[in-house]
Amino acid sequence: MRRNLILGGMLSALFVLAALISFVWTPYDHVALNIPNKLQTPNAVHLLGTDHFGRDILSMIMVGARTSIAVALVAVGIGMGLGIPLGLWAAARQGSWLDELIMRGNDLVFAFPSIVIAILITAIFGAGAINAIIAIGIFNIPVFARITRGAALSLWQREFILAARVAGKSAARISVEHILPNVTNLLIVQGTIQFSLGILAEAALSYVGLGAQPPTPSWGRMLADAQTLVSIAPHMALVPGFAIILTVLGLNLMGDGLRDYLDPRLRVVRA
Amino acid sequence: MVRYTFKRLLSLLLSLAVASLVIFAVIEVAPGDPASFMLGMNAQPETLAALRTELGLDTSKVARYLAWVGGMLTGDFGTSYTYRTPVIGMVADRLWVSLPLALYALALSTAVAFPAGIFAASRRGQAGDISVMGATQLGVAIPNFWFAMMLVLIFAINLRWFAAGGFVGWDKGFWAGMHALTLPAIALALPQAAILARVMRSSLLDVLGEDFMRTARAKGLTERQALWRHGLRNALIPVLTIIGLQFSFLLAGSIIIEQVFYLPGLGRLVFQSISARDLIVVESVVMLLVFSVIVVNFLVDLAYAAVDPRLRSRS
Repeated sequence: MRRNLILGGMLSALFVLAALISFVWTPYDHVALNIPNKLQTPNAVHLLGTDHFGRDILSMIMVGARTSIAVALVAVGIGMGLGIPLGLWAAARQGSWLDELIMRGNDLVFAFPSIVIAILITAIFGAGAINAIIAIGIFNIPVFARITRGAALSLWQREFILAARVAGKSAARISVEHILPNVTNLLIVQGTIQFSLGILAEAALSYVGLGAQPPTPSWGRMLADAQTLVSIAPHMALVPGFAIILTVLGLNLMGDGLRDYLDPRLRVVRA
Repeated sequence: MVRYTFKRLLSLLLSLAVASLVIFAVIEVAPGDPASFMLGMNAQPETLAALRTELGLDTSKVARYLAWVGGMLTGDFGTSYTYRTPVIGMVADRLWVSLPLALYALALSTAVAFPAGIFAASRRGQAGDISVMGATQLGVAIPNFWFAMMLVLIFAINLRWFAAGGFVGWDKGFWAGMHALTLPAIALALPQAAILARVMRSSLLDVLGEDFMRTARAKGLTERQALWRHGLRNALIPVLTIIGLQFSFLLAGSIIIEQVFYLPGLGRLVFQSISARDLIVVESVVMLLVFSVIVVNFLVDLAYAAVDPRLRSRS
Protein backbone atom coordinates (compact mmCIF):
# COMPACT_ATOMS: atom_id res chain seq x y z
CA MET A 1 0.00 0.00 0.00
CA ARG A 2 3.02 2.23 -0.53
CA ARG A 3 1.08 3.59 -3.52
CA ASN A 4 -1.43 5.37 -1.23
CA LEU A 5 1.35 7.11 0.64
CA ILE A 6 3.05 8.34 -2.51
CA LEU A 7 -0.12 9.42 -4.35
CA GLY A 8 -1.58 11.04 -1.23
CA GLY A 9 1.69 12.71 -0.36
CA MET A 10 2.00 14.13 -3.86
CA LEU A 11 -1.56 15.49 -3.91
CA SER A 12 -1.13 17.10 -0.47
CA ALA A 13 2.29 18.48 -1.39
CA LEU A 14 0.81 20.05 -4.53
CA PHE A 15 -1.59 22.18 -2.48
CA VAL A 16 0.95 23.04 0.20
CA LEU A 17 3.27 24.12 -2.60
CA ALA A 18 0.52 26.21 -4.23
CA ALA A 19 -0.11 27.91 -0.89
CA LEU A 20 3.58 28.60 -0.34
CA ILE A 21 4.15 29.92 -3.86
CA SER A 22 1.15 32.25 -3.45
CA PHE A 23 3.13 34.21 -0.85
CA VAL A 24 5.63 35.32 -3.49
CA TRP A 25 3.80 34.88 -6.78
CA THR A 26 0.31 34.36 -8.20
CA PRO A 27 -0.59 34.55 -11.91
CA TYR A 28 -2.73 37.63 -11.20
CA ASP A 29 -3.59 39.77 -8.21
CA HIS A 30 -6.24 37.65 -6.49
CA VAL A 31 -8.30 40.68 -5.42
CA ALA A 32 -7.94 42.76 -8.61
CA LEU A 33 -11.37 43.31 -10.15
CA ASN A 34 -11.56 43.12 -13.93
CA ILE A 35 -15.24 43.33 -14.79
CA PRO A 36 -14.85 43.21 -18.61
CA ASN A 37 -13.18 39.80 -18.24
CA LYS A 38 -15.79 38.37 -15.89
CA LEU A 39 -17.06 34.77 -15.98
CA GLN A 40 -14.47 33.50 -18.45
CA THR A 41 -14.28 29.75 -18.71
CA PRO A 42 -10.78 28.23 -18.36
CA ASN A 43 -8.54 29.39 -21.20
CA ALA A 44 -4.89 30.05 -22.04
CA VAL A 45 -4.84 33.48 -20.35
CA HIS A 46 -6.79 32.49 -17.22
CA LEU A 47 -5.99 28.81 -16.77
CA LEU A 48 -8.96 28.17 -14.45
CA GLY A 49 -11.17 31.01 -15.72
CA THR A 50 -12.42 34.11 -13.93
CA ASP A 51 -15.24 34.76 -11.46
CA HIS A 52 -18.16 37.22 -11.57
CA PHE A 53 -15.80 40.11 -10.78
CA GLY A 54 -13.23 39.02 -13.36
CA ARG A 55 -10.82 37.83 -10.68
CA ASP A 56 -8.42 35.07 -11.73
CA ILE A 57 -9.67 31.81 -10.17
CA LEU A 58 -6.27 30.08 -10.16
CA SER A 59 -4.81 32.94 -8.10
CA MET A 60 -7.77 32.78 -5.69
CA ILE A 61 -7.37 29.01 -5.33
CA MET A 62 -3.68 29.42 -4.52
CA VAL A 63 -4.27 32.10 -1.89
CA GLY A 64 -7.35 30.19 -0.63
CA ALA A 65 -5.17 27.13 -0.04
CA ARG A 66 -3.31 29.28 2.48
CA THR A 67 -6.48 29.91 4.48
CA SER A 68 -7.57 26.26 4.37
CA ILE A 69 -4.17 24.92 5.39
CA ALA A 70 -3.58 27.55 8.08
CA VAL A 71 -7.01 27.05 9.69
CA ALA A 72 -6.83 23.25 9.61
CA LEU A 73 -3.22 23.15 10.79
CA VAL A 74 -3.72 25.47 13.76
CA ALA A 75 -6.92 23.59 14.65
CA VAL A 76 -4.99 20.31 14.71
CA GLY A 77 -2.34 22.08 16.82
CA ILE A 78 -4.97 23.15 19.36
CA GLY A 79 -6.45 19.67 19.43
CA MET A 80 -3.06 18.02 19.92
CA GLY A 81 -1.70 20.66 22.31
CA LEU A 82 -4.60 20.23 24.73
CA GLY A 83 -5.88 16.78 23.87
CA ILE A 84 -2.62 14.82 24.15
CA PRO A 85 -1.67 16.08 27.66
CA LEU A 86 -5.24 15.48 28.84
CA GLY A 87 -5.21 11.96 27.42
CA LEU A 88 -1.81 11.17 28.97
CA TRP A 89 -2.91 12.60 32.29
CA ALA A 90 -6.17 10.62 32.32
CA ALA A 91 -4.32 7.41 31.49
CA ALA A 92 -1.71 7.99 34.18
CA ARG A 93 -4.49 8.29 36.76
CA GLN A 94 -6.69 5.57 35.31
CA GLY A 95 -9.89 5.01 37.26
CA SER A 96 -9.45 8.07 39.47
CA TRP A 97 -11.91 10.95 39.70
CA LEU A 98 -9.56 12.93 37.45
CA ASP A 99 -9.74 10.31 34.70
CA GLU A 100 -13.52 10.31 35.05
CA LEU A 101 -13.66 14.12 34.93
CA ILE A 102 -11.51 14.33 31.80
CA MET A 103 -13.47 11.63 30.01
CA ARG A 104 -16.86 13.10 30.92
CA GLY A 105 -15.57 16.51 29.81
CA ASN A 106 -14.61 14.90 26.51
CA ASP A 107 -18.09 13.46 26.09
CA LEU A 108 -19.53 16.89 26.74
CA VAL A 109 -17.38 18.60 24.10
CA PHE A 110 -18.29 15.81 21.66
CA ALA A 111 -21.92 16.83 22.08
CA PHE A 112 -21.11 20.18 20.46
CA PRO A 113 -20.60 19.68 16.70
CA SER A 114 -18.05 22.18 15.30
CA ILE A 115 -20.79 24.09 13.46
CA VAL A 116 -22.58 24.60 16.78
CA ILE A 117 -19.36 25.81 18.46
CA ALA A 118 -18.83 28.15 15.51
CA ILE A 119 -22.37 29.51 15.91
CA LEU A 120 -21.78 30.20 19.61
CA ILE A 121 -18.40 31.87 19.00
CA THR A 122 -19.88 33.98 16.21
CA ALA A 123 -22.66 35.09 18.57
CA ILE A 124 -19.97 36.58 20.82
CA PHE A 125 -17.21 37.81 18.53
CA GLY A 126 -18.81 37.99 15.10
CA ALA A 127 -17.65 35.95 12.10
CA GLY A 128 -14.02 35.44 11.05
CA ALA A 129 -11.31 32.90 10.19
CA ILE A 130 -10.12 32.87 13.81
CA ASN A 131 -13.55 31.58 14.89
CA ALA A 132 -13.29 28.71 12.45
CA ILE A 133 -9.89 27.83 13.92
CA ILE A 134 -11.21 27.88 17.49
CA ALA A 135 -14.38 25.96 16.63
CA ILE A 136 -12.56 23.20 14.75
CA GLY A 137 -9.74 23.21 17.33
CA ILE A 138 -12.13 22.69 20.25
CA PHE A 139 -13.78 19.87 18.34
CA ASN A 140 -10.34 18.25 17.90
CA ILE A 141 -9.45 18.23 21.61
CA PRO A 142 -11.59 15.23 22.68
CA VAL A 143 -10.56 13.35 19.54
CA PHE A 144 -6.89 13.47 20.52
CA ALA A 145 -7.55 13.08 24.25
CA ARG A 146 -9.53 9.91 23.65
CA ILE A 147 -7.12 8.29 21.24
CA THR A 148 -4.10 9.17 23.42
CA ARG A 149 -5.74 7.81 26.56
CA GLY A 150 -6.82 4.61 24.83
CA ALA A 151 -3.35 3.86 23.52
CA ALA A 152 -1.64 4.96 26.74
CA LEU A 153 -3.83 2.72 28.90
CA SER A 154 -2.59 -0.44 27.20
CA LEU A 155 1.01 0.80 27.39
CA TRP A 156 0.74 1.29 31.16
CA GLN A 157 0.26 -2.49 31.47
CA ARG A 158 3.57 -3.25 29.76
CA GLU A 159 6.75 -4.43 31.46
CA PHE A 160 8.97 -1.58 30.34
CA ILE A 161 6.65 0.90 32.04
CA LEU A 162 6.75 -1.21 35.20
CA ALA A 163 10.54 -1.12 34.98
CA ALA A 164 10.47 2.67 34.74
CA ARG A 165 8.19 2.83 37.79
CA VAL A 166 10.48 0.56 39.75
CA ALA A 167 13.36 2.85 38.77
CA GLY A 168 11.47 5.59 40.59
CA LYS A 169 10.29 7.73 37.70
CA SER A 170 7.20 9.85 38.33
CA ALA A 171 3.99 9.25 36.36
CA ALA A 172 4.52 12.54 34.54
CA ARG A 173 8.04 11.60 33.45
CA ILE A 174 6.93 8.14 32.36
CA SER A 175 4.11 9.71 30.32
CA VAL A 176 6.48 12.05 28.52
CA GLU A 177 9.54 9.80 28.18
CA HIS A 178 7.99 6.39 27.57
CA ILE A 179 4.29 6.64 26.74
CA LEU A 180 4.37 9.60 24.37
CA PRO A 181 7.06 8.25 22.01
CA ASN A 182 5.08 5.03 21.71
CA VAL A 183 1.83 6.72 20.71
CA THR A 184 3.43 9.17 18.27
CA ASN A 185 2.73 7.06 15.19
CA LEU A 186 -0.92 6.78 16.08
CA LEU A 187 -1.12 10.53 16.69
CA ILE A 188 0.54 11.35 13.36
CA VAL A 189 -2.01 9.24 11.52
CA GLN A 190 -4.92 10.75 13.45
CA GLY A 191 -3.42 14.21 12.90
CA THR A 192 -3.52 13.68 9.14
CA ILE A 193 -7.16 12.62 9.33
CA GLN A 194 -8.13 15.60 11.52
CA PHE A 195 -6.23 17.87 9.16
CA SER A 196 -8.34 16.71 6.22
CA LEU A 197 -11.54 16.97 8.29
CA GLY A 198 -10.43 20.49 9.26
CA ILE A 199 -10.16 21.51 5.63
CA LEU A 200 -13.70 20.23 4.98
CA ALA A 201 -15.01 21.97 8.11
CA GLU A 202 -13.29 25.26 7.24
CA ALA A 203 -14.84 25.18 3.77
CA ALA A 204 -18.29 24.49 5.24
CA LEU A 205 -18.02 27.24 7.86
CA SER A 206 -16.79 29.80 5.31
CA TYR A 207 -19.56 28.72 2.95
CA VAL A 208 -22.28 29.56 5.47
CA GLY A 209 -20.51 32.79 6.46
CA LEU A 210 -19.14 31.74 9.84
CA GLY A 211 -15.53 31.46 8.66
CA ALA A 212 -13.15 33.66 6.66
CA GLN A 213 -14.63 37.03 5.74
CA PRO A 214 -13.90 39.16 2.66
CA PRO A 215 -11.27 39.99 1.50
CA THR A 216 -9.62 36.84 2.95
CA PRO A 217 -9.94 34.33 0.12
CA SER A 218 -11.29 30.92 1.02
CA TRP A 219 -12.47 27.93 -0.98
CA GLY A 220 -15.71 27.81 0.98
CA ARG A 221 -16.48 31.46 0.23
CA MET A 222 -15.68 30.94 -3.45
CA LEU A 223 -18.32 28.20 -3.45
CA ALA A 224 -20.83 30.50 -1.75
CA ASP A 225 -20.20 33.08 -4.49
CA ALA A 226 -20.56 30.41 -7.15
CA GLN A 227 -23.89 29.15 -5.91
CA THR A 228 -26.19 31.70 -7.54
CA LEU A 229 -24.19 31.53 -10.79
CA VAL A 230 -23.87 27.76 -10.98
CA SER A 231 -26.09 27.46 -14.06
CA ILE A 232 -24.25 30.09 -16.13
CA ALA A 233 -20.71 29.65 -14.78
CA PRO A 234 -20.36 26.08 -13.46
CA HIS A 235 -16.55 26.36 -13.48
CA MET A 236 -16.80 28.79 -10.56
CA ALA A 237 -18.19 25.93 -8.47
CA LEU A 238 -16.26 23.08 -10.08
CA VAL A 239 -12.76 24.48 -9.55
CA PRO A 240 -12.90 25.16 -5.77
CA GLY A 241 -14.88 21.92 -5.33
CA PHE A 242 -12.16 19.88 -7.02
CA ALA A 243 -9.50 21.73 -5.04
CA ILE A 244 -11.16 20.66 -1.78
CA ILE A 245 -11.80 17.09 -2.94
CA LEU A 246 -8.23 16.55 -4.18
CA THR A 247 -6.66 18.02 -1.05
CA VAL A 248 -8.85 15.99 1.30
CA LEU A 249 -8.44 12.85 -0.80
CA GLY A 250 -4.67 13.36 -0.80
CA LEU A 251 -4.53 13.79 2.97
CA ASN A 252 -6.75 10.77 3.58
CA LEU A 253 -4.70 8.57 1.27
CA MET A 254 -1.56 9.82 2.99
CA GLY A 255 -3.08 9.02 6.40
CA ASP A 256 -3.97 5.50 5.27
CA GLY A 257 -0.55 5.04 3.73
CA LEU A 258 1.21 6.35 6.83
CA ARG A 259 -0.77 4.00 9.04
CA ASP A 260 0.23 1.01 6.95
CA TYR A 261 3.81 2.20 6.74
CA LEU A 262 4.22 2.98 10.44
CA ASP A 263 2.32 -0.03 11.75
CA PRO A 264 2.38 -3.06 9.46
CA ARG A 265 0.14 -4.98 11.89
CA LEU A 266 -2.78 -2.76 10.89
CA ARG A 267 -2.40 -3.72 7.25
CA VAL A 268 -4.65 -6.71 7.74
CA VAL A 269 -7.88 -4.88 8.59
CA ARG A 270 -8.40 -1.47 7.12
CA ALA A 271 -11.48 0.54 8.03
CA MET B 1 -28.99 -3.45 33.75
CA VAL B 2 -31.09 -1.33 36.16
CA ARG B 3 -27.97 -0.15 37.96
CA TYR B 4 -26.25 0.63 34.66
CA THR B 5 -29.29 2.50 33.35
CA PHE B 6 -29.47 4.52 36.56
CA LYS B 7 -25.79 5.45 36.37
CA ARG B 8 -26.07 6.47 32.72
CA LEU B 9 -29.23 8.44 33.45
CA LEU B 10 -27.42 10.36 36.17
CA SER B 11 -24.54 11.21 33.84
CA LEU B 12 -27.07 12.17 31.15
CA LEU B 13 -28.70 14.70 33.48
CA LEU B 14 -25.31 16.02 34.56
CA SER B 15 -24.19 16.44 30.93
CA LEU B 16 -27.39 18.29 30.07
CA ALA B 17 -26.97 20.57 33.09
CA VAL B 18 -23.35 21.41 32.25
CA ALA B 19 -24.14 21.88 28.55
CA SER B 20 -26.98 24.27 29.37
CA LEU B 21 -24.68 26.22 31.72
CA VAL B 22 -22.02 26.53 29.02
CA ILE B 23 -24.54 27.71 26.41
CA PHE B 24 -26.16 30.15 28.84
CA ALA B 25 -22.76 31.56 29.86
CA VAL B 26 -21.68 32.04 26.24
CA ILE B 27 -24.87 33.88 25.33
CA GLU B 28 -24.53 35.99 28.51
CA VAL B 29 -21.09 37.30 27.55
CA ALA B 30 -22.21 38.02 23.97
CA PRO B 31 -22.13 41.79 23.50
CA GLY B 32 -25.24 43.91 23.07
CA ASP B 33 -28.29 44.52 25.19
CA PRO B 34 -31.35 42.86 23.63
CA ALA B 35 -33.66 45.58 24.94
CA SER B 36 -31.73 48.45 23.34
CA PHE B 37 -31.36 46.40 20.19
CA MET B 38 -35.15 45.93 19.99
CA LEU B 39 -35.96 49.57 20.63
CA GLY B 40 -33.21 51.12 18.52
CA MET B 41 -30.74 53.91 19.23
CA ASN B 42 -33.16 56.63 20.28
CA ALA B 43 -35.14 54.74 22.90
CA GLN B 44 -36.25 56.58 26.04
CA PRO B 45 -34.47 55.32 29.19
CA GLU B 46 -37.86 54.63 30.84
CA THR B 47 -39.11 52.54 27.91
CA LEU B 48 -35.83 50.68 27.90
CA ALA B 49 -36.06 49.95 31.62
CA ALA B 50 -39.67 48.79 31.22
CA LEU B 51 -38.74 46.42 28.41
CA ARG B 52 -35.77 45.10 30.37
CA THR B 53 -38.13 44.29 33.24
CA GLU B 54 -40.59 42.68 30.82
CA LEU B 55 -37.85 40.46 29.35
CA GLY B 56 -36.53 39.65 32.82
CA LEU B 57 -33.14 41.19 32.01
CA ASP B 58 -32.99 43.14 35.29
CA THR B 59 -32.90 40.05 37.48
CA SER B 60 -29.70 38.27 38.54
CA LYS B 61 -27.85 35.87 36.23
CA VAL B 62 -28.68 32.90 38.44
CA ALA B 63 -32.37 33.76 38.41
CA ARG B 64 -32.30 34.15 34.63
CA TYR B 65 -30.55 30.80 34.17
CA LEU B 66 -33.06 29.03 36.39
CA ALA B 67 -35.94 30.74 34.60
CA TRP B 68 -34.51 29.68 31.22
CA VAL B 69 -34.01 26.04 32.22
CA GLY B 70 -37.34 25.94 34.07
CA GLY B 71 -39.04 27.41 31.00
CA MET B 72 -37.51 24.83 28.69
CA LEU B 73 -38.64 22.00 30.94
CA THR B 74 -42.21 23.26 30.70
CA GLY B 75 -41.98 23.92 26.96
CA ASP B 76 -41.56 27.70 27.26
CA PHE B 77 -38.42 28.77 25.37
CA GLY B 78 -39.06 32.48 25.88
CA THR B 79 -40.07 35.17 23.40
CA SER B 80 -38.10 36.05 20.28
CA TYR B 81 -36.52 39.51 20.56
CA THR B 82 -37.20 40.37 16.91
CA TYR B 83 -40.50 38.66 16.12
CA ARG B 84 -42.06 38.97 19.59
CA THR B 85 -43.49 35.47 19.16
CA PRO B 86 -42.82 32.42 21.36
CA VAL B 87 -39.51 30.80 20.38
CA ILE B 88 -40.98 27.32 20.82
CA GLY B 89 -43.36 27.91 17.90
CA MET B 90 -40.59 29.16 15.60
CA VAL B 91 -38.35 26.23 16.51
CA ALA B 92 -41.15 23.67 16.15
CA ASP B 93 -41.99 24.93 12.64
CA ARG B 94 -38.38 24.66 11.53
CA LEU B 95 -37.87 21.31 13.22
CA TRP B 96 -40.48 19.87 10.88
CA VAL B 97 -38.03 20.47 8.05
CA SER B 98 -34.68 19.68 9.70
CA LEU B 99 -35.70 16.52 11.53
CA PRO B 100 -37.36 14.76 8.56
CA LEU B 101 -34.34 15.80 6.46
CA ALA B 102 -31.89 14.24 8.93
CA LEU B 103 -33.97 11.05 9.22
CA TYR B 104 -34.41 10.80 5.44
CA ALA B 105 -30.63 11.13 5.02
CA LEU B 106 -30.03 8.55 7.74
CA ALA B 107 -32.36 6.10 5.98
CA LEU B 108 -30.66 6.72 2.62
CA SER B 109 -27.13 6.34 3.98
CA THR B 110 -28.04 3.09 5.77
CA ALA B 111 -29.77 1.74 2.68
CA VAL B 112 -26.65 2.35 0.58
CA ALA B 113 -23.95 1.59 3.15
CA PHE B 114 -25.19 -1.80 4.38
CA PRO B 115 -25.22 -3.58 1.00
CA ALA B 116 -22.00 -1.79 -0.05
CA GLY B 117 -20.16 -2.76 3.14
CA ILE B 118 -21.37 -6.38 3.04
CA PHE B 119 -20.51 -6.65 -0.65
CA ALA B 120 -17.00 -5.30 -0.06
CA ALA B 121 -16.35 -7.53 2.95
CA SER B 122 -17.53 -10.66 1.16
CA ARG B 123 -15.22 -9.90 -1.78
CA ARG B 124 -12.27 -8.81 0.29
CA GLY B 125 -9.25 -7.86 -1.78
CA GLN B 126 -11.06 -8.44 -5.06
CA ALA B 127 -12.05 -5.90 -7.68
CA GLY B 128 -15.50 -5.39 -6.09
CA ASP B 129 -13.98 -4.59 -2.71
CA ILE B 130 -11.39 -2.24 -4.16
CA SER B 131 -13.96 -0.28 -6.17
CA VAL B 132 -16.33 0.09 -3.20
CA MET B 133 -13.42 1.25 -1.01
CA GLY B 134 -12.30 3.68 -3.70
CA ALA B 135 -15.83 5.08 -3.91
CA THR B 136 -15.93 5.56 -0.13
CA GLN B 137 -12.56 7.37 -0.21
CA LEU B 138 -14.13 9.78 -2.68
CA GLY B 139 -17.34 9.95 -0.65
CA VAL B 140 -15.61 11.20 2.49
CA ALA B 141 -13.53 13.72 0.51
CA ILE B 142 -16.48 15.45 -1.20
CA PRO B 143 -17.89 18.41 0.75
CA ASN B 144 -21.60 17.70 1.05
CA PHE B 145 -22.66 21.28 0.30
CA TRP B 146 -20.65 21.23 -2.94
CA PHE B 147 -22.20 17.89 -3.87
CA ALA B 148 -25.57 19.51 -3.17
CA MET B 149 -24.78 22.32 -5.64
CA MET B 150 -23.86 19.75 -8.28
CA LEU B 151 -27.13 17.88 -7.64
CA VAL B 152 -29.03 21.15 -8.13
CA LEU B 153 -27.13 21.84 -11.35
CA ILE B 154 -27.83 18.39 -12.81
CA PHE B 155 -31.22 17.32 -11.45
CA ALA B 156 -32.93 20.66 -10.85
CA ILE B 157 -31.56 23.09 -13.43
CA ASN B 158 -30.74 20.76 -16.34
CA LEU B 159 -33.12 17.81 -15.95
CA ARG B 160 -35.82 19.73 -14.03
CA TRP B 161 -36.77 16.66 -11.97
CA PHE B 162 -36.70 18.60 -8.72
CA ALA B 163 -37.08 22.18 -7.56
CA ALA B 164 -33.74 23.97 -7.10
CA GLY B 165 -34.67 25.14 -3.63
CA GLY B 166 -37.37 26.04 -1.15
CA PHE B 167 -39.82 23.79 0.61
CA VAL B 168 -43.43 23.19 -0.44
CA GLY B 169 -44.60 22.45 3.10
CA TRP B 170 -46.10 19.26 4.48
CA ASP B 171 -49.64 20.53 3.89
CA LYS B 172 -49.06 19.82 0.18
CA GLY B 173 -48.92 16.15 1.11
CA PHE B 174 -46.32 13.70 2.40
CA TRP B 175 -44.88 12.79 -1.01
CA ALA B 176 -44.58 16.38 -2.16
CA GLY B 177 -42.63 17.13 1.00
CA MET B 178 -40.40 14.09 0.59
CA HIS B 179 -39.84 15.01 -3.06
CA ALA B 180 -38.62 18.46 -2.02
CA LEU B 181 -36.27 16.95 0.56
CA THR B 182 -34.83 14.29 -1.77
CA LEU B 183 -31.85 16.22 -3.19
CA PRO B 184 -30.88 17.69 0.21
CA ALA B 185 -31.14 14.24 1.79
CA ILE B 186 -28.95 12.66 -0.90
CA ALA B 187 -26.31 15.36 -0.42
CA LEU B 188 -26.42 15.00 3.35
CA ALA B 189 -26.27 11.20 3.16
CA LEU B 190 -23.25 10.91 0.86
CA PRO B 191 -20.34 11.30 3.31
CA GLN B 192 -22.22 9.43 6.04
CA ALA B 193 -22.91 6.51 3.71
CA ALA B 194 -19.22 6.35 2.82
CA ILE B 195 -18.18 6.27 6.50
CA LEU B 196 -20.87 3.74 7.39
CA ALA B 197 -19.93 1.43 4.50
CA ARG B 198 -16.30 1.42 5.70
CA VAL B 199 -17.34 0.66 9.28
CA MET B 200 -19.71 -2.07 8.09
CA ARG B 201 -16.95 -3.65 6.02
CA SER B 202 -14.24 -3.58 8.68
CA SER B 203 -16.61 -4.72 11.41
CA LEU B 204 -17.71 -7.64 9.25
CA LEU B 205 -14.10 -8.52 8.43
CA ASP B 206 -13.30 -8.54 12.17
CA VAL B 207 -16.15 -10.98 12.79
CA LEU B 208 -15.23 -13.18 9.83
CA GLY B 209 -11.91 -13.89 11.53
CA GLU B 210 -13.59 -15.18 14.70
CA ASP B 211 -13.53 -18.81 15.76
CA PHE B 212 -17.30 -19.18 15.70
CA MET B 213 -17.29 -18.30 12.02
CA ARG B 214 -14.87 -21.16 11.38
CA THR B 215 -17.14 -23.41 13.41
CA ALA B 216 -20.12 -22.30 11.33
CA ARG B 217 -18.20 -23.16 8.17
CA ALA B 218 -17.05 -26.46 9.69
CA LYS B 219 -20.56 -27.58 10.49
CA GLY B 220 -21.34 -27.32 6.80
CA LEU B 221 -22.72 -23.83 6.19
CA THR B 222 -21.66 -22.18 2.98
CA GLU B 223 -19.66 -18.96 3.14
CA ARG B 224 -22.79 -17.01 2.34
CA GLN B 225 -24.96 -18.76 4.96
CA ALA B 226 -22.32 -18.25 7.65
CA LEU B 227 -22.07 -14.59 6.75
CA TRP B 228 -25.81 -13.94 6.95
CA ARG B 229 -26.60 -16.12 9.97
CA HIS B 230 -23.65 -15.49 12.24
CA GLY B 231 -21.44 -12.77 10.81
CA LEU B 232 -23.89 -9.96 10.19
CA ARG B 233 -25.59 -10.12 13.57
CA ASN B 234 -22.30 -9.74 15.42
CA ALA B 235 -20.92 -7.12 13.07
CA LEU B 236 -23.96 -4.93 13.60
CA ILE B 237 -23.06 -3.70 17.11
CA PRO B 238 -20.29 -1.23 16.19
CA VAL B 239 -22.31 -0.20 13.14
CA LEU B 240 -25.27 0.78 15.32
CA THR B 241 -23.01 2.95 17.48
CA ILE B 242 -21.78 4.80 14.43
CA ILE B 243 -25.38 5.31 13.24
CA GLY B 244 -26.15 6.88 16.62
CA LEU B 245 -23.15 9.18 16.38
CA GLN B 246 -24.02 10.06 12.82
CA PHE B 247 -27.41 11.37 13.81
CA SER B 248 -25.78 14.37 15.44
CA PHE B 249 -23.58 14.98 12.41
CA LEU B 250 -26.66 14.80 10.19
CA LEU B 251 -28.58 17.29 12.28
CA ALA B 252 -25.57 19.64 12.32
CA GLY B 253 -24.92 18.98 8.63
CA SER B 254 -28.50 19.88 7.78
CA ILE B 255 -27.74 23.41 9.04
CA ILE B 256 -25.30 23.76 6.14
CA ILE B 257 -27.26 21.84 3.51
CA GLU B 258 -30.35 23.96 4.23
CA GLN B 259 -28.36 26.97 3.01
CA VAL B 260 -27.83 25.38 -0.41
CA PHE B 261 -31.52 24.62 -0.92
CA TYR B 262 -32.98 27.65 0.89
CA LEU B 263 -34.88 25.28 3.16
CA PRO B 264 -36.71 26.91 6.06
CA GLY B 265 -35.11 24.69 8.71
CA LEU B 266 -33.24 25.23 11.98
CA GLY B 267 -30.12 26.31 10.09
CA ARG B 268 -31.76 29.25 8.39
CA LEU B 269 -33.48 30.19 11.64
CA VAL B 270 -30.20 30.26 13.51
CA PHE B 271 -28.37 32.31 10.85
CA GLN B 272 -31.21 34.84 10.61
CA SER B 273 -31.21 35.05 14.38
CA ILE B 274 -27.45 35.63 14.56
CA SER B 275 -27.59 38.51 12.10
CA ALA B 276 -30.64 39.98 13.88
CA ARG B 277 -28.86 39.43 17.23
CA ASP B 278 -31.94 37.52 18.35
CA LEU B 279 -29.77 35.59 20.80
CA ILE B 280 -32.59 33.92 22.68
CA VAL B 281 -33.45 32.02 19.50
CA VAL B 282 -29.79 31.11 18.92
CA GLU B 283 -29.58 29.90 22.51
CA SER B 284 -32.66 27.70 22.16
CA VAL B 285 -31.68 26.16 18.82
CA VAL B 286 -28.16 25.39 20.03
CA MET B 287 -29.51 23.85 23.23
CA LEU B 288 -31.94 21.76 21.21
CA LEU B 289 -29.15 20.45 18.94
CA VAL B 290 -26.86 19.62 21.87
CA PHE B 291 -29.77 18.06 23.76
CA SER B 292 -30.56 15.78 20.84
CA VAL B 293 -26.91 14.69 20.51
CA ILE B 294 -26.62 13.86 24.22
CA VAL B 295 -29.94 12.02 24.36
CA VAL B 296 -29.31 10.00 21.18
CA ASN B 297 -25.90 8.93 22.48
CA PHE B 298 -27.49 7.96 25.78
CA LEU B 299 -30.05 5.80 23.96
CA VAL B 300 -27.33 4.19 21.83
CA ASP B 301 -25.34 3.38 24.99
CA LEU B 302 -28.40 1.74 26.52
CA ALA B 303 -29.21 -0.23 23.38
CA TYR B 304 -25.59 -1.31 23.23
CA ALA B 305 -25.59 -2.51 26.83
CA ALA B 306 -28.88 -4.33 26.29
CA VAL B 307 -27.37 -6.23 23.37
CA ASP B 308 -23.94 -6.85 24.89
CA PRO B 309 -23.98 -7.55 28.65
CA ARG B 310 -20.16 -7.28 28.87
CA LEU B 311 -20.43 -3.52 28.45
CA ARG B 312 -22.55 -3.05 31.57
CA SER B 313 -19.67 -3.71 33.93
CA ARG B 314 -17.50 -1.07 32.28
CA SER B 315 -17.90 2.71 32.79
